[in-house]
Formats: sequence, C-alpha cells, structure tokens
Amino acid sequence: MAKIKGAIVVNKERCKGCRLCVVACPAKVIAMSKQVNSKGYNYAQMANEDACVGCASCGIVCPDGCISVYKVKVD
Amino acid sequence: MSEEIKLMKGNEAIAHAAIRCGCDGYFGYPITPQSEVLETLMEIEPWKTTGMNVLQAESEIAAINMVYGGAGTGKKVLTSSSSPGVSLKQEGISYLAGAELPALIVNVMRGGPGLGTIQPSQADYFQTVKGGGHGDYRLIALAPASVQEMADFVGLAFDLAFKYRNPAIILADGVIGQMMEKVVLPPFKPRRTDEEIEKECPWAAVGKKKNRERNVITSLELDPAVMEERNNHLQRKYKTIEENEVRYEEYMCEDAEYLFVAFGSSARICQKAVELARAQGIKVGLLRPITLWPFPTKAIAKYADQVKSMLSVELNAGQMVEDIRLAVNGKVKVEHFGRLGGIVYTPDEIIEAMKAKIM
Amino acid sequence: MTIEDIIKPENLVYKKPDIMNDRPMHYCPGCSHGVVHKLIAEVLEEMGVVEDTIGITPVGCAVFAYNYLDIDWEEAAHGRAPAMAVAIKRLRPNKLVFTYQGDGDLAAIGTAETIHACNRGDSITIIFINNGIYGMTGGQMAPTTLEGMKTATCPYGRNTKLNGYPLKITNLLKELDGTCYVTRQSVHTAAAVRKAKKAIRKAFENNLNQKGVSVVEIVSTCNSGWKLTPEKANEWMEQNMFPAYPLGDLKDTTGDSQTK
Repeated sequence: MAKIKGAIVVNKERCKGCRLCVVACPAKVIAMSKQVNSKGYNYAQMANEDACVGCASCGIVCPDGCISVYKVKVD
Repeated sequence: MSEEIKLMKGNEAIAHAAIRCGCDGYFGYPITPQSEVLETLMEIEPWKTTGMNVLQAESEIAAINMVYGGAGTGKKVLTSSSSPGVSLKQEGISYLAGAELPALIVNVMRGGPGLGTIQPSQADYFQTVKGGGHGDYRLIALAPASVQEMADFVGLAFDLAFKYRNPAIILADGVIGQMMEKVVLPPFKPRRTDEEIEKECPWAAVGKKKNRERNVITSLELDPAVMEERNNHLQRKYKTIEENEVRYEEYMCEDAEYLFVAFGSSARICQKAVELARAQGIKVGLLRPITLWPFPTKAIAKYADQVKSMLSVELNAGQMVEDIRLAVNGKVKVEHFGRLGGIVYTPDEIIEAMKAKIM
Repeated sequence: MTIEDIIKPENLVYKKPDIMNDRPMHYCPGCSHGVVHKLIAEVLEEMGVVEDTIGITPVGCAVFAYNYLDIDWEEAAHGRAPAMAVAIKRLRPNKLVFTYQGDGDLAAIGTAETIHACNRGDSITIIFINNGIYGMTGGQMAPTTLEGMKTATCPYGRNTKLNGYPLKITNLLKELDGTCYVTRQSVHTAAAVRKAKKAIRKAFENNLNQKGVSVVEIVSTCNSGWKLTPEKANEWMEQNMFPAYPLGDLKDTTGDSQTK
C-alpha cells in the first residue's frame, strides 16, 4: 500500500518560537530546538521525522511563514 | 470646448473650473458659506461628461481622507470647506503633506473661533500658512480676490501641487465665495488617462507592476536618521517653492509713501481706499500677496526702503501683520487694521485707520 | 527514504507566498496578523490580481503591513481607511481595494467611516482583526474588549457601567444595505485558516465583481496584550471570545454560500 511521507524545512532565522506549529501538528513531529537563533528564539524543528505525513498544518498556522512542507508518495 | 464668459458666484466658479481643468474627483461636506461648490457639481453631474467623480462624504474628516486616498493613486482630487470644517481636515492635510501628495483644498473662510459666524473672515491665515495640522509642513496657499481668480487658481493650484508633490490650498472668504461676478471659464482640458498618470506619477499606488518595487504612500518612518532626512527633503522642497513661486500684485506703489498690504476681499476694498486716499493727496499704494505661502517677503522688504509705514488690512485680529513685520525687520512702522465679527470695513474706514495708526 | 529524498522542489506542497517578502515581521511571536497577511498574499497570488490590488494599512500593529506584502499600499490615518478605500474604488473601479484594520481603528475612532462606507456599498473589502485589545499602544481597552477582561485601561476588568458594552460592530454592519458579505472567521487552527482563506477569496471576488462591501472579521489573539502564551491565547479565545463573537457567515447576498 502506498504510504505518504512528509518533511518540513524551517527558516530558523525567521522563526520566533511561538510553538503554534507544535500544537497544530497532528503527528507530533515538531519540537523546539535547544539552540537559539540570532534573535534568541528557540526555533521549530523536526523531532520525529518518520511521523511526518506532509499535511502542512504546521505551515498553515505559522504566523511568520517559516515552514515549507514537502510530501511524497512511497510505494 | 473653449473659454466661456458667465456670471456666477465664486463658489460656483470653483466647481466649473474643477471640471474644466480635468479634475478626477471632488469629495466634500456641506458647510456655509461654501456649499455651492458641492451643489453646483451635483447639479452639473460631471461624471456623465468628463468622468469626474463627485461624492458627498459623511464628514469633513472622511472627505479629506478620500482626497488622501485618491491623491495617493495619482488622481487629481480636491475638497472644499469652510473654517470649522477645515479645522477637522487638518489631520488629513498633515498626512497629505507628509506623504507628499498633490491635492487641492479650498477654504471659503468664515469667522471663528469655534462655530463663530457664517459671515466673512480672514482669520484662518495662521492656520493656513503656519501649519494648522501637526508637524513641519507647508501648503502652497493661493488667495483669490475675485470670482475670476477663484476659477483661475483651481488649475494653477493643481499645477503647483503636482509640480512639487505638495498639497495646495485656495484661501478665499465668504465674500469671494458668495459674490457674483463676470468670469471667463477656462477651456476644457481632458482628464489624464491612467497611462499618463502612471508616467507623471511613478510613485502612485495603482497596483504593483512586476518591473518595479511596490509603491507605498505613507508619512510614517520610525528610523530617526531616515525621518530626519525625509524632513530635510521637505524643507529643501519648501525652499525651492519659496524661491520660485511667490506671487503678488502691486497697485499704485511706484511713488507710494504709505503701503497697504491686504489679500483676498480686503485687497479689493483697499484698492478703492487707495483711489480715495490719493484723491485726498495721500500717496498710498497696495501690495496684494497672491501666494500667502510662499509669502512675498522680499517684495515687502523692498518697500521698507521706500514707504514711511505700512498697514496690514485683514478681516482678523492681526495675523498676516506678523509676517509683514518679519519682512521689514523693524525698518518701518507696521500696524494692523481689522474687523472681527463679520462686518466688512468700508474704504473710508480703512483711510481713517491709516490716518490714526500709521500717519 | 531519507529526508533529502523528500525535500525536493517537485515535492513541495506548502510555502510562504511569493509576495510575502523575506523581511522579518515585527509582530510578537504567535500573533494572528502574520497568518492573515499570509492568507491575503496567497489569495491575491492565486487570483492573479497582484498588479490590480491597492491595500490600505491602518494605524495600529498592522500599520507596517506594507513592509511585508509586495503590493501597492496606502497608509491611512487612524480609522480613516474605509473613506480612502471608497475614494480609490470610485476613482479606480477595476482595482481590488481592501482595508486592513484592527478593532480600535475600525470600531472606535473610525466607526463613522466604517459605517458609511458599508452603507454606501462601494465594492471594497474590509479585513477586520478583532483581538479585543489595543496591541501597538500597549494593551489598552478596545471597543471589542469583553466584559470583565483586563487591559491597561480597565485593569480590574471591563466594567460595563464604566465603559459600556463590547461593540459587536460586525453585527451592525450586516444590517447595512451596502454590505453583500459579512463573515466572522478565525485563524487558530489549520482548519480555521482554510475557512478564513475561502472567506477572503470570496470577499476579494466580490470586490472585483462589484457586488458591494465585504467584511471579513478575524477573531484573533493578542497574546502579548492578553499576557498569555500563543497556545494559551488560542484556548482563551475559544473559551471567551467565540461565545461573544461566534464564527460563521452573518450575511451573504451574493448567491453562493460556499464558506458556511
């Protein structure tokens, strides 16, 4: 059966660490980084890569347009 | 269509001239003594002929902001009102000046302060030339003294406004707005096409084309260094206007020993006073500032070397007199004569005031 | 399959719209403004009308919206955006003219302009951000502040005896004959954002189809002003704002009610 695999790319410098993507993700893929960006924010990153299905909920709720979402069908 | 000779009120002349000079829109709110501007436009319905828009706004505040919005898209737009209404417009006027938008405001003055009176007054001189709204800005201010000039100054004010990207104001009063005179209306000039506007006003917000940066009409800047440069730029522009756009008229000044300085309806009365005084053997002349800003400072300063004294004749408590005193810088005596309640002085009263105050 | 295999241009399904530029936005972390900006950008791009759009920014937090979306803008005096929009639409009827206003701008200082623009019926769009507080000036009471809600100028909670009642301005606007579409949306979940986007799209289509005024209220958070985390602010909004400002279409005379 075909399986959907997703991934996100976060613009770390643009991210303000609001965590709304963490809340929005139905697959609990995203967590905040331990490091901070140049503005001092912890930024969003994929913590559970395998779980991402590329639903884009994180990108849709992101107020700063930091997240690009990729999706591919795997046979 | 060509020139046309008509008999009409000053306020009506403003309306006709606006249509004829290719104006795109008028936004106003009724107030005495200028309501005929809006009434005339609504009667003519220029949207059916030239395509000019006319809208009765919900307030003077809305009207000036409609002008601001329209001017920001490069359109040729105006509003008119009278003193209390122009007070309400001051915020928008300051924004127009700050965003460097060409637009025309017509103030057919009445007496104040407060609700004041609907009778003629020239008490908005300070408001017009010293700011009115907040911030360091100037309006190009034209003071008509006849119905003909009401018509002529509409086109002139727009030309200057677009030349310098600066709001212009026609400062008339209830006398000029309400009186009827013969007027030669200017020939019709077509409204500019959108293409012509984009060429003439590359800064206008008309929809961002791919080949240019976005256009933003704003007066806001929080970076102090950039804001200072913006203000310096405005001041340089004002200096250029001061150097190039001073307009005034002299009447029997060649041999004058005394000088009246008066604008608008007061200048008309002073002209008669000059004639009557000369019949009595008093050599008096009249200098009439046509642009109240830029003010004819140099011309007046020159007369400080010729005349014994000057009388500023204004329908107010003494406003322009301050600029005359600055111009002569103490060289000669400068006094003021005015009326404050809407009663207009007679030529004889002006001569009496001259004898009492400066002779 | 590795992450590198997935992250390829051909697999891209979501990104920041092109006309939202790379300039970092000044909004607080989690602020709803960013989401709404993004939706406007997405809709304008999808409709292919960027070159025919004139936006008007308010006074308030969104005053600098013009720095973030690459369209032509005019920046209004506080509350006057609808008057400007009316004039622009009259002078340039084929343009998509919209205002972007907060609750103080639209429902306090600009109430007259808002009501008369909505009553006149020129085809403009009003995007109305209602977060019940003045954000930019530091969290003072707005006309839409809820009863009992604490702000800098009602520190003990909004007392209706002292301050009157929360103004449900959108309910008023739907009564005016000049409005064709009045809706209340939110952007706190992915589903809500999708619905809000449809509403904005419809409002912009009404704009170009000359149908009248469209008002899209977005019930929003101001987590800084509310003194909550973005996550908690969303929860607080659901519990407190939505009962006072229920989501959904309030009016639609355009004949296709797709956003219900």
